[in-house]
Amino acid sequence: MNNDKKSLNWECPLPELDFDVITLGHGSGGLLTNKLLDSGVFDLLSNEYLDRRHDGAFLPGGLAFTTDSFVVSPIFFPGGNIGELAINGTVNDLAMCGAIPKYLSLSFILEEGLPVAQFWEVLVSIRKACAMADVMVVTGDTKVVERGKGDQIFVNTTGIGQVHSKAQIDPGRVAAGDKLLVSGNLAAHGIAILSVREGLAFESDILSDTRPLNGVVERVLDRFGEGIKLFRDPTRGGVATALNEIARDTRLGVEIRQRDLPLDDQVNSACEILGLDPLYVANEGIFLAWVDAAIADECLAFLRETEEGSQAACIGEMVAAHPGKVIMQSSIGGRRVVNMLPGEQLPRIC
Amino acid sequence: MKFLTEYRNPELVQQYIQEIHKITTQDWSIMEVCGGQTHSLVKNGIIDLLPARIRMIHGPGCPVCVTPLHLIDHAIHLASVEGVILCSFGDMLRVPGSQKSLLQAKAEGADVRILYSPLEAVTLARENPDREVVFFAVGFETTAPANALSVVHAADQKLAHDPILTSPVLVHPALEAVLNDEASRIKGFLAAGHVCTVMGTQEYEPIAERYKVPIVVTGFEPVDLLQGILMTVRQLEAGRHVVENQYSRVVRREGNPGAQKTIERVFEVRDREWRGLGNIPMSGYEVREEYAAYDAKRKFQSPAERAVESDLCMAGQVLKGILKPQECPQFGKGCTPSAPLGAPMVSSEGACAAYYHFYQALGELETA
Repeated sequence: MNNDKKSLNWECPLPELDFDVITLGHGSGGLLTNKLLDSGVFDLLSNEYLDRRHDGAFLPGGLAFTTDSFVVSPIFFPGGNIGELAINGTVNDLAMCGAIPKYLSLSFILEEGLPVAQFWEVLVSIRKACAMADVMVVTGDTKVVERGKGDQIFVNTTGIGQVHSKAQIDPGRVAAGDKLLVSGNLAAHGIAILSVREGLAFESDILSDTRPLNGVVERVLDRFGEGIKLFRDPTRGGVATALNEIARDTRLGVEIRQRDLPLDDQVNSACEILGLDPLYVANEGIFLAWVDAAIADECLAFLRETEEGSQAACIGEMVAAHPGKVIMQSSIGGRRVVNMLPGEQLPRIC
Repeated sequence: MKFLTEYRNPELVQQYIQEIHKITTQDWSIMEVCGGQTHSLVKNGIIDLLPARIRMIHGPGCPVCVTPLHLIDHAIHLASVEGVILCSFGDMLRVPGSQKSLLQAKAEGADVRILYSPLEAVTLARENPDREVVFFAVGFETTAPANALSVVHAADQKLAHDPILTSPVLVHPALEAVLNDEASRIKGFLAAGHVCTVMGTQEYEPIAERYKVPIVVTGFEPVDLLQGILMTVRQLEAGRHVVENQYSRVVRREGNPGAQKTIERVFEVRDREWRGLGNIPMSGYEVREEYAAYDAKRKFQSPAERAVESDLCMAGQVLKGILKPQECPQFGKGCTPSAPLGAPMVSSEGACAAYYHFYQALGELETA
């Protein structure tokens, strides 16, 4: 009895928050998402694996494990659809752990009334994406909710991968002087989605950059091994948010140069017109790599030879000054702080 | 990007900065009127490149920031009325009213939508004949023509229900209000290029003359801003005070007469309360009698109680340029973009948000 009472008394005090309902901004991946998670979610579920707060968890036996849900609207967008996005997203989270993705689970929440033809189209592209990333869907689930209680299709994928034998991915290894590489052009995914959003549609040839990154990551690890300290894929919240998270977790400063940020002309123009900062726009097919300065040039040249990394660039470095802060040198020579995205920029981008 | 990169040319920027350093012999406080200019100055790190003797003061030209609290409360109240779809520009949704923001109202179930153009509200009204579509129209003379046009279109299509909750305001009366404040130290203005695209530059001429201040109509890119500052400092150093046009690739002296006519057709100029600045005579647009059916203020009752501003927020002094954002004791502590006390911390054009995002931490780091 006593024991029972104890467990009944087990308390979960509501965290002290400055909000009492969830808003879309809490799903932005930026400051509000972090605020929500830091409000007690991590503490409540704390354990040695979760506490590392990486894109996925490192489990005993050299395994990496991750999960991701996809609620993008519209479900078909220029350059892809929610199906391949869901496969690539989880594949990439595993790749960011320095792992070779192997097995995936796939769960659907479907809304009553969804045309079967659309569901099939999504499934076919899931199959293609699996083949491209060399992964298998080995288990899954399907639920249907009443019309109006969901939005066409929501997808969850979970994945397991084997950590690369040469990989030593660990924010704790990142040091001042390390160079910061980005594997391709910024902001394509977010702008592609926006270009077909209801009420905002504009004509462009901009395609989402959704693609599996495990191939290029594996080749980089084969070649450079422990010279690679950390990977991140700057999805929701964009590059700015990823950099801020790493500045916070490593207690180092990040210095980036605006003129070195790789940007497609059309994407850049769309950002200008819409008043969006490409640093905060979502990406689905690029990664950031923190590499030892000694191999940075060679690694960049290697990346540029790959299909996924042809637009790769070195955008900055880690510094001991201004720990926890990201500072950008502007194209005209000024300096400014790059903060984490405070609220939502565009909801339901992935 | 053609026609844009030219105005971000680092060598040109350096030339203008050197020239400004060379000719500046005294302390000058210059106000950039528009929030878009503030953001460009801060985002590009221009303020640090200017001589220490030049102090840029950030003006009241952020439409979201100057929309009075009771109007925001009115919009939130309307959003919760059964059958109403309330729409506005994205920034407006995050501004706190006295109890909550429109975004919070949305999370609680109100039908609140972000639009990029007031004309989309007309389409929305046509597609939802059984709903009341209300557009919360904020902005200066720049957006007033599109707001007016949405009313004209709704009337032409005989839509019975597309009321507009107005808050558009006029810039030049606010400049006079700022100049009339005895704490004001402003010696010159960079006038807002886009407002002048619509209204022209003539209405600034009497102000330049009466208050003996140079007013330079200026664009938004680094080269625009530095050229505008240089033109202002040249006038100040020479003791001149006239209206000049830096943004001549877009702005004409007479403005855009077609747009002005559309504004006049729908709106009339009245006294208006500005958040943080108080009542300014003849500074706001209200819907004319002929279009009364489209005036949300006439159509719906406003909430009975008028909320009062938090006395912790010093937005008024920031908007008048008396206080720099980071000089406010609440800045970055009790007031941040995710938990703002006042509108300047919310809007993408707000001075406090600009400093919070791009600048404040940098200053702190470098003085540390």
